[in-house]
Amino acid sequence: MSAVNSKSLLIFFLSTLVSFVSISANSSSEEQEGKKVFDKWCGICHGKRERMPGTASLAIKYDGNLPAALEERTDMSAEFIRYYVRNGVMIMPAFRATEISNAELDLLVDYLKAKK
Amino acid sequence: MKMPVNVSQTDFIAALDSFALIVGKEWVFTKDEDLFPYRDAYSPLRATFEDRSPSAAVAPASVDEVQSIVRVANKYEIPLYTISTGKNLGYGGAAPNQSGSVVLDLKRMNKIIEVNESNAYAIVEPGVSYFDLYNYIQERGLKLWLDVADPGWGSVMGNALDHGVGHTASRFRNHFDSHCGLEVVLPNGEAVRTGMGAMPGSKTWAQFKMGMGPVLDGIFSQSNFGVVTKMGIWLMPQPEAFMQGVVTAPLYDDLHEIVELLKYAENSGLAPGAPELGSPLLGISNYVKHLVDAFYEGPPQLRKEHVDLIAKASVGYSADLQRYGLNNKIPYWNLHLKFYGPKKVIQAQWEAIQDLALNKIKGVGFKSGPIQTDPKKAADEWTFYPQDAGVPNMDFFGMGTRAGGNPHPMRGHMWFSPVIPQSAEGILEANSVFEKAHRNMSALQDIPIWNLRPFALPAPFFERTFLFILGFPITDDVAMNKASIKAYRTLLDIAAEHGWGEYRCHPEFQDQAVGLYSHNNNSLLRLSETIKDAVDPKGILSPGRYGIWPKHLRGDKK
Repeated sequence: MSAVNSKSLLIFFLSTLVSFVSISANSSSEEQEGKKVFDKWCGICHGKRERMPGTASLAIKYDGNLPAALEERTDMSAEFIRYYVRNGVMIMPAFRATEISNAELDLLVDYLKAKK
Repeated sequence: MKMPVNVSQTDFIAALDSFALIVGKEWVFTKDEDLFPYRDAYSPLRATFEDRSPSAAVAPASVDEVQSIVRVANKYEIPLYTISTGKNLGYGGAAPNQSGSVVLDLKRMNKIIEVNESNAYAIVEPGVSYFDLYNYIQERGLKLWLDVADPGWGSVMGNALDHGVGHTASRFRNHFDSHCGLEVVLPNGEAVRTGMGAMPGSKTWAQFKMGMGPVLDGIFSQSNFGVVTKMGIWLMPQPEAFMQGVVTAPLYDDLHEIVELLKYAENSGLAPGAPELGSPLLGISNYVKHLVDAFYEGPPQLRKEHVDLIAKASVGYSADLQRYGLNNKIPYWNLHLKFYGPKKVIQAQWEAIQDLALNKIKGVGFKSGPIQTDPKKAADEWTFYPQDAGVPNMDFFGMGTRAGGNPHPMRGHMWFSPVIPQSAEGILEANSVFEKAHRNMSALQDIPIWNLRPFALPAPFFERTFLFILGFPITDDVAMNKASIKAYRTLLDIAAEHGWGEYRCHPEFQDQAVGLYSHNNNSLLRLSETIKDAVDPKGILSPGRYGIWPKHLRGDKK
């Protein structure tokens, strides 16, 4: 069990490292700010890891037809992201402007590469 | 435009204008789309007209702004409902007890005023979450642990004031008991500091709880007598190591000795972590990770013969089931103990526990995890439950998510958590009473109540007592949710008949739950009402919170 975990953690670490390098090389400071918003408010349930309530739920919903991890999605429109942040879904609550401000929501949308 | 109760539109608009002058227009919310997140995401009344909602929200960034807002609210008699991070899901979330109240959203007050490593405390504002404080400590490499509630986005202060609990050593798990010093804005706008904070120049506000004179801190928890704007909280010096040990017992009657061991281990300090119970033979566990596992992976896979024997057990027992356990070496009970401290001490504590158990329980077994030293590594690798090592996360929200073990979408949860005696007799009596009620009372039939069958093991978060926690899912089915409300109310009454009262509950049940603490013609509630009338004569702060209503609404309730 621990061996499996170690291996998956190593893969997770490497993939995180790769994406970090990629972002560092190519992205703007706005995207990095958007990633901070994601990590603080979304990644805690929607990260690409084991035992993530949001990722587990989307894995069931999409059954392999779309990625379960939000950061791997390219199909989400800006309106789609804004709607779920401000309205919630299932056990995910809605987020107030005192938690994710409208400006931070813009950064989040940009980070998730929403179609505008 | 939604309005507060008993407030004219003219006054309401004047108050909103004043709020905007204090905090800026962008931090006063009146549009439907801005107010939607101030509804209770886990409301059992969702999609009904009775669902609680505010008329507006205002979000100050400082104590001065809170004071100014409260003065305006007093002038126009506007009810304010205070939230910290607004994430008290299962207990009302960001929604006011009284619909139409203006939510006083303190999330923007998110300063960590001080963390003192040497004296092991922090002073925080209401908007500081467990994640925030944990990250602050980690970024600075401070040798401190934080006792965290299950959801890491919860407010350190709000959770303590709502009598929330955590997972590490017993002296830190009771979050209100761990607090030291409050700053409170009273309903007239005046700021008060409790304990040593009342003495100008004192440097021990977060170190000495009492100061001089009556200790008034308690009246600002589960109440509506003031707006708490700062709180000191004691932290745990980082232990050198930590470890989990499991004690197993083979017979049903061993529950008595297992619980006695649990109590002694905790109350003597031998095993200071949350002592969680399980029953491999009944296929149940109160070890929190196991509760969440069931949603990801489904219930434990048992042989049909075993499942059939469990189904026939009464109050968790049958002779055939016990025999099956003995034949197949499946323990009836297990006890998860957690240790924190120097490795040598942990080893000695675990040996002492084993000696005690060997003397009392025939056929006792032991299993211990490795002695570990890195909480983050242990949390990442799931070799120790993260919250047990003071690492905040959102794992508990796996309970209720749509996942492999729970394919049905849910909308939330609520908890029924009466306080029962910490004894085997207490566990057995509660099971007997609720199992009988579940069998015989129509209000409890066909309701999905978590943890009741085949046997309910209590939660050990508080010292000296158990919480007999049963859960209800919130669904899209309005009729089902209403049936769950009725079942909850029925359970409250049944519990009270046996002297078991709630420690905390959703606003939907607070009037009833507080009303059951009715000794001497409700003298405790009447005392709270006397205080309310004295400090908040216009009843502007959080009307109805934990059953305390302003005088003019007492006959009305909502």
